[in-house]
Amino acid sequence: MGGIWSYFSGLFGTKERRILILGLDGAGKTTILYRLQVGEVVTTIPTIGFNVETVQFKNLKFQVWDLGGQTSIRPYWRCYYSNTDAIIYVVDSMDRERMGISKQELFSMLEEDELRKAVLVIFANKQDIEGAMTPSEVANALGLTAIKHKYQIFKTSAIKGEGLNEAMEWTANTLTQQK
Amino acid sequence: MHMLRRDKKEEEEGGGNPFHNLEKSVVLQETRLFNETPINPKKCGHILTKLLYLINQGESIGTTEATEAFFAMTKLFQAKDPVLRRLVYLGIKEMSKIANDVIIVTSSLMKDMTGKDDQFRGPAIRALCSITDNTMLQSIERYMKQAIVDKNHAVSSAALVSSLHLSKGSQDVIKRWVNEAQEAVSSDNIMVQYHALGLLYHIRKYDRLAVTKLVSKFSKHSLKSPYAYCLLIRIASKLMEEEGAGTDSPMFDFIENCLRHKSEIVIYEAAHAIVNLKNTTAKELSSAVPVLQLFCSSPKPTLRFAAIRTLNKVAMKHPSVVSSCNLELENLITDTNRSIATLAITTLLKTGSESSVDRLMKQISSFMNEISDEFKIVVVQAIQSLCLKFPRKHNVLMNFLSSMLRDEGGFDYKKAIVESVITIIEENPEAKEAGLGHLCEFIEDCEHTVLATKILHLLGREGPRTPTPSKYIRFIYNRVILENAAVRAAAVTALAKFGAHCEELLPSCSVLLERCLLDTDDEVRDRATFYVDVLKQKQKALNSAYILNGLQVSVVGLERALHNYTLEPSEAPFDLKTVPLDTQPVSEQKVREPGDSVSKATDKVVASTQDIYAERLAAVPEFSNLGSLFKSSSLPVELTESETEYMVQCVKHCFGRYMVFQFDCTNTLNDQVLENVTVHMDPAEGFDVMKYVQCPSLPYNKPGTTYTMVRLPEDPTQVTGTFSCTLKFIVKDCDPNTGEADDDGYEDEYVLEDVEVTVADHVQRVIKPNFGGAWEEIGPENELEDTFALSTVKSLEEAVKNIIQFMGMQPCERSDKVQEGKSSHSLFLSGVYRGGHDALVRAKLAMSDSGVTMQLTVRSTDPYVSEVLVTAIG
Repeated sequence: MGGIWSYFSGLFGTKERRILILGLDGAGKTTILYRLQVGEVVTTIPTIGFNVETVQFKNLKFQVWDLGGQTSIRPYWRCYYSNTDAIIYVVDSMDRERMGISKQELFSMLEEDELRKAVLVIFANKQDIEGAMTPSEVANALGLTAIKHKYQIFKTSAIKGEGLNEAMEWTANTLTQQK
Repeated sequence: MHMLRRDKKEEEEGGGNPFHNLEKSVVLQETRLFNETPINPKKCGHILTKLLYLINQGESIGTTEATEAFFAMTKLFQAKDPVLRRLVYLGIKEMSKIANDVIIVTSSLMKDMTGKDDQFRGPAIRALCSITDNTMLQSIERYMKQAIVDKNHAVSSAALVSSLHLSKGSQDVIKRWVNEAQEAVSSDNIMVQYHALGLLYHIRKYDRLAVTKLVSKFSKHSLKSPYAYCLLIRIASKLMEEEGAGTDSPMFDFIENCLRHKSEIVIYEAAHAIVNLKNTTAKELSSAVPVLQLFCSSPKPTLRFAAIRTLNKVAMKHPSVVSSCNLELENLITDTNRSIATLAITTLLKTGSESSVDRLMKQISSFMNEISDEFKIVVVQAIQSLCLKFPRKHNVLMNFLSSMLRDEGGFDYKKAIVESVITIIEENPEAKEAGLGHLCEFIEDCEHTVLATKILHLLGREGPRTPTPSKYIRFIYNRVILENAAVRAAAVTALAKFGAHCEELLPSCSVLLERCLLDTDDEVRDRATFYVDVLKQKQKALNSAYILNGLQVSVVGLERALHNYTLEPSEAPFDLKTVPLDTQPVSEQKVREPGDSVSKATDKVVASTQDIYAERLAAVPEFSNLGSLFKSSSLPVELTESETEYMVQCVKHCFGRYMVFQFDCTNTLNDQVLENVTVHMDPAEGFDVMKYVQCPSLPYNKPGTTYTMVRLPEDPTQVTGTFSCTLKFIVKDCDPNTGEADDDGYEDEYVLEDVEVTVADHVQRVIKPNFGGAWEEIGPENELEDTFALSTVKSLEEAVKNIIQFMGMQPCERSDKVQEGKSSHSLFLSGVYRGGHDALVRAKLAMSDSGVTMQLTVRSTDPYVSEVLVTAIG
């Protein structure tokens, strides 16, 4: 039943893709979510739990889950892994100190079986601030070369709205090719 | 009954409750569907409804399963369907107490509560508050404050009510929302105003002055909402109650003014408040009762019901006032609403004259089987009070009660009847035999073990003293043959009491008891063996001590003492004298109010306050070698005026050779912390202060305890004295908000009122159900007798009350009740003196022109004790 449904909906291009936005606290996940949805910068407070919104990009519909990044919330990420098509992993490029923690969280997440098929998009965020690490520096710090998933890293600034479109374009293309 | 009928109907129609046969495990399985995308709102809504139905049916769900279902439910936030979303809010509220990690939906709910969709905002607030604990409250505080003053009424109300719920755990945070609540009170929406007033009161309710201000402010500034008015009336009347204020209080003026309000609900509330005030007299009632009278003939059944219910409640207290409504009440007897009719009849019974009893009883028996148990209990209570009022009518009424006993009915109903019969028997000796007869008949076919044992106990106590005790034996022995173990055990004890009390029945009772020696139940066998052996000795003293009067120790205390004994086995036998005695509940001495017995809680073995004190004292290492606690004074004595800087209460604990004074102190200044708090005592002659146990720190509004230990004088007859007390401490200033104290402090002291040690502090109340037996048992060896003239006492009742208070002993054989119109009375008191000496007092009182003359006789197992007790009066 479900198979037939997804087949038809796939034909008409109406199937919603499920995207998770993850990353440490203060990386800018919620800002990115609303920048994608309404195209504006909204004031945010630390997310206790999650935000979920539908984002329309070109002819694709994404159901985007932004999960809180505080240490106390991170254990709950795994409750939301199933059926995920893509993960946007947001890194604060100014936060050199916690790159190691960010890397650990990323790798332990990628080990999860439920995320085996998910596409990984890394946002090296906060590029508008002077002195931020470059995308390649971030990639090195995270040890991306060891990753087996299909991934791409982007240079973004959620505040200025830079790099988001390119990243979404790539995500959309990769997801449509996969099916 | 209602359920039954509906089920039947459904069967006929073939339809029925679609949720009737829900399986918990199946529904929980189905919740996994929430994880699928895209979401099917209709299907998910249906599953969620089933889950909510189960939870509301009282189905218990394990934490793991609940948490799993909860997280699945959080996925539903992606759907925008309004029906589904509101179901999710309900789901969150219901599961917030059973699932773990529910804070995961915080952000989503905060978004909904601040969002554009008004339909979501209120429910989101309520759900949010149900998942928020103290630690998370700070993070939502700003939004809650905004929501309280939101211009949307539903949002504002939701926020106010949720704040009220939250304040149970975090009073301090909610206190900061007082300005917002203040603003919301001036809302023009009646619900918002009501809820806001509720919150304001809740924030201030521990501060009497602030509450007074609140009432006087809003009683002038006319509120719009009738509900808010009702609340204000309740607050005002509670305040009057606490202050003992009379009708000259402005609060009363306010309430009385509300009688002329345009809304019926407010008028009723005001009338209800006036009628129920503690010290209202006929004068104040004259304004309230006409209002209720008018309501009695209202076309609205709710108003009629409310009015008649209020009148019914106060009928005993103010019969003359209520009887002025008799005409209206007579009309209500035939009301089609049976609840109203029942209340009308029972009110008339309470206020009516003796001659109308028969007619009303006939009327009520015509529809007795149409009313619910709850109202039947009202009838039972009315009959009980009627019986006490017109003792001569006991025949009619007792017969009525016994026919009610035979009818169908639930446990509460039967219990109310049995208790009423027992009260009537106790109050009216003439009704005793008939009453016992009815109860005997009842236990022949009684399915409630509790009631059967209660009645057997009563038979054992009262039966032997009737003219023909033998007729009860058959009923009791039938229980041994027919009933369960608990009832059989009670029956065995009752039989033994007959044997011990009535010599001519002893041989037959012994035979019957011997038949119980082979009972299948251990307890029954043990009791029978014990009683057979005791009765064989044929000694009055043994009978009195082991059968008629029984054990007098605190059950909790005995348990603890035995436990300790088994932990540290010793050669010496267990000494029952070391076990704390059972304290007699204070309510025993009060004249029982009619209806009181019905509302009393079931008699369970609960730790008395003394047991709690004993545990707390045992935890203080300084007092570990004082032996067991003998007696704690029942009510704490206030050593300060109320509303002073520091409040101190004193409880006296008496040990074998020491006395420990427990001082419960409260610091009411929020800018001070007290440290090293002690109470210095200036002892009376012969007493020595041995130790002070200080209270290390006394922050604002957190009660603390300090102890002072005093050695009692060597001279055994010197037991009373007055102690002057001073509170000594180091004061440190502190920040009222954070409670952080400065490093430096200074010593200070505060003079308290004196503490008196009286004879009563050394005596524990112990009831001797058979006083005569106990009197003979102790014998005249240490008897002392003296005669006193109590010139300041005006009546026998007053004398009895004072003597009981001075001696601190337990009145026996109901001798604390003076029969009306008598000029002489005998009072029997029993107790145990510190050190475990039994003490009995017989006071013969006679009324004379100059006051009351008393001949006091004291018997005790210790000569000094007799001396101390005789000198207690003087």
